Order: sequence, then C-alpha cells, then structure tokens
Amino acid sequence: MPRGAQDGNVAGASGGRAALRRASEPELPADSSSDARRLELTERLLSEERARECAEIAMAWLARSFPIERAFCATISENGDTLTGLAGLRLTHAVVERFQLDLSDRNHPLVLTLASREPVPFASGTRGIGPTPLGNAAFVAVPLAGHRDGEQLGTIGLLCLGVPALAPAELVEVEWAARMLATRLSSLWYGRAKAEVEKRRRRLAWLTSILDVVSDPILLADSDRRTLLANRSAEYLLSSDEEMGEGRRRAVALNNMLFSASHFGQEEEAARPEVLLVDPVEGHDLLFELLTHKLEIGPGEEATVSVLRNVTDLQRAVRELEENYFRLRTADARTRAERDRLELTLASTIDPILVTDPQGNIELMNPPAERLLATEQTNRDAERRVQGNDAVLTSLLSKLYAGSSARLREHLSLTDPATGEEVPVEAIATRVVSRHGEDSAVVTVLHDLTETMEKAALYEQVKQYSEKLEDRVREATGELAEQNELLRRQALQLEQASAMKSQFLANASHELRTPLNAIIGHAQLLLEGISGELAPRQLEKVQRLDSNAQHLLAIINDLLDITRIETGKLPVKIERFAMPRLVEEVAAELEPLVPADRVAVRIDVAHDIPEVESDRKKIKQIVSNLLSNALKFTSRGSVSIEARYDRAADRVVVGVTDTGVGVPVELRQTIFEPFGQSETSFRPIQKGTGLGLSICRRLTTLLGGTLTLDSVEGQGSTFRLELPRCYLEGDD
Amino acid sequence: MAGNGELVLIVDDYDEGREICAEYLSYHGYQVATAEDGEEALAKARQLRPALILLDLALPKVDGWEVARRLRADEDTSHLVILALTAHALDELGRRALAMGCDGLVTKPVIPRELERRVREALDRARPTADQED
Repeated sequence: MPRGAQDGNVAGASGGRAALRRASEPELPADSSSDARRLELTERLLSEERARECAEIAMAWLARSFPIERAFCATISENGDTLTGLAGLRLTHAVVERFQLDLSDRNHPLVLTLASREPVPFASGTRGIGPTPLGNAAFVAVPLAGHRDGEQLGTIGLLCLGVPALAPAELVEVEWAARMLATRLSSLWYGRAKAEVEKRRRRLAWLTSILDVVSDPILLADSDRRTLLANRSAEYLLSSDEEMGEGRRRAVALNNMLFSASHFGQEEEAARPEVLLVDPVEGHDLLFELLTHKLEIGPGEEATVSVLRNVTDLQRAVRELEENYFRLRTADARTRAERDRLELTLASTIDPILVTDPQGNIELMNPPAERLLATEQTNRDAERRVQGNDAVLTSLLSKLYAGSSARLREHLSLTDPATGEEVPVEAIATRVVSRHGEDSAVVTVLHDLTETMEKAALYEQVKQYSEKLEDRVREATGELAEQNELLRRQALQLEQASAMKSQFLANASHELRTPLNAIIGHAQLLLEGISGELAPRQLEKVQRLDSNAQHLLAIINDLLDITRIETGKLPVKIERFAMPRLVEEVAAELEPLVPADRVAVRIDVAHDIPEVESDRKKIKQIVSNLLSNALKFTSRGSVSIEARYDRAADRVVVGVTDTGVGVPVELRQTIFEPFGQSETSFRPIQKGTGLGLSICRRLTTLLGGTLTLDSVEGQGSTFRLELPRCYLEGDD
Repeated sequence: MAGNGELVLIVDDYDEGREICAEYLSYHGYQVATAEDGEEALAKARQLRPALILLDLALPKVDGWEVARRLRADEDTSHLVILALTAHALDELGRRALAMGCDGLVTKPVIPRELERRVREALDRARPTADQED
C-alpha cells in the first residue's frame, strides 16, 4: 500500500521507524537479565490457555519494562470482518470490548498498519483513527503476526501501546513480545479449531449412520436440486456408478426422473404426493409418500429435505381390500339386477309364457298366460274354456316328450276364457334338461297370431284395392291419352286454320294491292300531267282519288303487317342503339305534321339510358305510331315524349302524353284491337288505318314489353311503352 | 332528275303496271322496252342489252329469280343492272332476289315518281363499274 497516501504524521513516523528497523536487524542483545525476562513471559504464556489472559500477561510484561500507561489488544474476528477488542491494560473490559473496527474500510490507518506488519506510531489526535480505548492519547500500534511451527501466518491482531514513541531497543523488545503473543494466540486458536473440526466430523459420522439405518430414503438438496446429502437407502434408489449393470443404471435414471417430476409439482400443493419408483435390483415397483421440508443451510441459502416413506405394502393391502369389496358389491348388484330383469321381462312380455314340471303341472305363468289358463274364473263358461286350453297344451307337451328333439313349434287354437273368441297361437315348447340329463321343466311360449292374421287379411284387402285403383288409373290414363291426342289434333287443325287464314289474308292483300297499284299509278300520271293537262276541277277529283287510294293502301299494308306478326314471319333483328337518338329521329321525321302554332312538342329524354339491345326498326315504328297518333288527336295544347331508364327492372320506358280528346272509358279495352276505334266520335278527325295501335301492341309483345294507356276524356292520354333493355330470345 | 335516253327493259306480266311504268319513264327521258314473261325478258335482254332491267319476280313460264340467275350466268348479260320488283314485301323474298344477283329490290305498289328515282340511283351506282368493263 503506498505510504504517500497517508497523512504527514504517519509518513513521518514511518520514516523514523524504518531507521529503527535497520538498527534492530542485528541479533537480539545477549543480555542475561533480558533473557530471564523473556523466559518468564514465555513460560507464563504457555501456562495460560485463555486468549484474553495471554494478552493481559503480555501487556503487563511490557508495562513493567516500559513507561506504558495503558494498552489494549484487539484481534481479527474468525470471519475476518472486524478487529475486536480482546484485552486491556488498566482499562475496563467494557471499554475494551466496545472497540470494533470494520476491516473493509481499507484506508483506515489501523487497517493499513495491520497490512504492513510493522509497528507504527500515531501522534495524539491523528485524524481518521476515531475513538480507541486509549482515547486521544498517542500510541504505537504493533501488528500481531501469527506463527506456528516456525511458519508465518497472517496478521491476527494489533497491540496498541499508550506511549508517544519507543526507542529502538524498546522496539525490539516490543516486537519480540508481540511475536510471542501472536504465536501463542495462533496456537491456542488452531488447537481449538482442530478439536472443533474433529468433534463435528464425528457428529457427522454418527448422523450419517443414523440416516443410513433409516429404511426410508432421505435426501438433502439445494435450491438448484443438486443433491447435497443422501442416505444409503436413497443412494440405492437414486445413484449409480460405472460398475453397476446397464439395467440397474437405467432403473436409477428412471427413478431420478420420477423423483424430480414428483418434486416439481410439489411446491404449490400441500398434499403429500405419492411417488412410484422402481427397485433397481429387484425390479418391482415401490410406492413412496413424499414428505419435504425446506430449511436454511446458510445465510440466504435454502435446501430441501425429502423423506420418501415407503408405503408399498400399505398401499397393496389397501388396494386388495378395496378390490375385494368392490367385487363383492358388483357381484351382488349383478345378481339382483339379473333377477329383477328376468321378472320384469316375464311380466312385460305380451306373449303368454308358462313353465311346467315333467308331470305337466304349471309351475310359473306370466299375466298373459294367466288370462288363458288361470283356474280361478268368474263363470262356468270361462272355466270350461280354460279346461279346453289346458287340454290343448297337455297334448302339445305329450307330443314334445314323445319326440326326440328338445323343441317343438306348432300352431294351436286356444279360446279366450273371458270372451270366448278364438285365439290362434304359435306355441314353442322347450325342454329344460338338468345337469344330470333329466327333464326338469318345459318352458312354453305362446305367440298370439290374431294380429298377424288380421294383418294378413288387411294386406290382402289393401292389395285388392290397390289393384282396382291401378285398373282405374290405367283406364283414366287411356282416356287422358285419347283426349290429349284429340286436343293435339284439334290444336294442329287450329294451327292449320290460323295459317290458312293468315295465308288467305296475305294473298288477299297482294291481290288487292295489284289493281290498287294501277289506280295509284294512273292517278300519278294524271297528276303529273303526263297524260295531258287537266282542268282544275278534274285535277281536284284525281287528287281525291289518289288520296283515298293511298289510304286504302295503308290499310292493306297494316293488315299485311299484322298477318306477318301473327304468322311469325316478322323476325326480330337485334342491334345495339341509343334510345335518345331514336326518339330524336322520330320527332324530326314527324316535324312536318306538327301544327306549330297550336301544338307544342316537348321532348324529355333522360341521358343515363344505357344502350338498348333490341329491334330498333320495330321500336321506332311503335314510337313513331304513338307520336303521330298523339299529334293526330291533339288540336291544341302540347304533345310530350319522355324516355327514361328503370334501373331496378332493367327496362326502358317511353311515354307519349298529349292534351287531346282522350280515350273514352268504354274504348280503353278495345283500342288495341284491330279497328278498335272505328265506332267512335273521333271518326271524323281520324286519318289512320285503325290498325296502328293494334300493330304497336303486337310488336311490343313480340319484343317482350308492355304498352298501356292512361287517359282522362277531354284532357288527354298517355301511352306508356315499357321494354326490356335487352331483348331475350323467347320473350315473345 | 331524269333519264338520258338509257334503255330500260320493263318485265311485268301485269299490263297495267307495265304500261304505267313505260309511260312514266319514257315521259322522263328513258328509252323503254317491255316483256310479258321470263322467256321474252331473257330474249330481249340478250338482244337489246338494256342499261337496266325492271324485273317483276312473279312471272309466267320462267320466273324472275330464274331470269336473274340466267342473266348473271351468261357472260354477255352478267353486267346488266337488274332492279327486282315484287308485291310481296316479305323480307325472305327480297333476300332471295338479291342472292340471285339483283342490284336492288323495289316493293310494289310504288308510285311512279319513286320508281324513277330508284332507276336513276341504280344506273348512277352502276356506271363506274360499267366503264371499267367496257
């Protein structure tokens, strides 16, 4: 330890002592009086076995030679932590014993002195020393370096002498005395420790012997489950060595596993768990009850004592007892259950069952059998019937005994004693043979066949009914087929008739058109002056001729259209197109018909209408017809055409509304029929063929849509055309 | 619009129709020839090489479709412009006529002014093709 770190006093003292030390190096002075005194101290120390007294002797011896007022001796405690007061010179025990110095304070001057092994003088009031039994007086601290058998041991304490300083000669004496004291103290402590160790060793041997005598395995394990101690019995079960056989080593390994597993769960549970181990030599199972106890084996160090109480035999005995008891109870219960079941079975069986002895006497009957055979009956008739039944059964039994087989099955006819009704039964009689081969009884079961026979009869009836029903169905089916054939033929004829009608209409139209063609042609030639100039009156007549001919032609063309629709000769041509454009086209084409000064035309087309997939030409024809109709019947006001898209139904709706004359209620049904508006008041204004709406309705139907009318007479009409946005095959 | 002396062969078994047509077209500047049945129509077509044939489809002896087919099959007459005339406005007939090689289809009854317009159009449309072949 660097001396420079100490304060001036100590450093100064140290320098002085170093000089003294060199002076003391030569051999001790060969002074006879000194020798005698040394001998005296030696003897006295050797005759004293108590440490404190030894220290007192040494200090008293020094006080006689030097002017030491007071002194004390302190020794390092056994654990090496503290320096504790041991004895004092002219000091009370209490003062000495109060002195305690913590050795972990490594910078303490006295601790440094202990480490230096050389005497150090401390001036009065040296800083950092703190209170000593000597108060604030100056003193010289002499380390006590232990010796034993000439070997130097560690410092064992300090001798503090209350003198300001020592002359070199004095110092030699002091050091010698200190060495003597230290040697003696070391020797005392060493001997005592040795005895102590020996005593402990013997106690341990005894304890081990006791533990080994105990047949229950006992173990001491630390908190990491390392085994610290195990008795012989525990070692037998849980430890192995190289010399043991493979089987035993494996058994031991297994035991260790089982043991630590049982230990593992045990910390929470208060119960004493059972551990099943294997006898590593004998191989049989051993059952133990595990008792554990925690104890402290050192400061903060815990260990667990485990005692395994062998309960194998106890367990076996308990188990056998339990098993026997259980077997007994089970057997008893089974017997009782069997008897109960048999009785219940017999009683609840609907079929009569009876047991007879070899002589034919009835030994046992169930209630249904009693009904047929019980002798106690209410009237004579019943008794007679019972006797009859008895006779029938007796003859059955004789037949059974006469035969060689153990069982006989026969159909018998008994009589119900109560009602006198016949009871058909199937009887099964079985011989019961004893262990010695003798007949002991006959068990007869009678199975009532009444129900079976009734069922058979019923089945027969049902069969007959079902056959009759089948016949009737067959007949009806025949009729139906005939009717179907008839209907088919009629439908065919109707179809043919309809086709013929259509063909006739088509032909008629054609024939009508040919001369009409000529009429129109001639009229044109005349009107254009190709056949010469005409007078104004003549021209007017030819114009009238032409216009009527044109009208007739329109009627014929419409008739032809209807015929085509009806004969399916008007195929639907699908294309994609924009509805708004179609409406605009129609409006533009009919523009010339609008009397602009009297009628306003409004077009209201929603622009979110998706493209339509249908027959554009036909839809245009319909819309055009509706709009021209509206214009025709509206002399004043407005005509509006509106188109929108019904997203939910995926349909396009076109409405044509006018403020015209409206349609009378009685006409609303027939207006869509051919010539449906002929008998009306608007005949005079009407310029159509009377077939337009009829064609519109038919075309709409063809395209899978609807055409409806909403009208208030005198206020106007709305025709509403609704069409699927996409035409689907088969919609017509 | 009027004709420039082009020869039009009118084939129709119906006198009234044939006459009205002939009168109207000749008045409007066309040369006109007529035929009453299919055989006559074929003969006149080969002989006169008209600029256009107005061919009624319903004809006695050889019908209009057959006339059209034969004219188209013959190298000499295959280039002639044929306008079919029919009173049957049914689409299938029209399709058949066009399939036989007719250049157009006119549905009867047709007012003369309209007929003349169709004739004019057919001739105008055919002219570039005729120039190439000549």
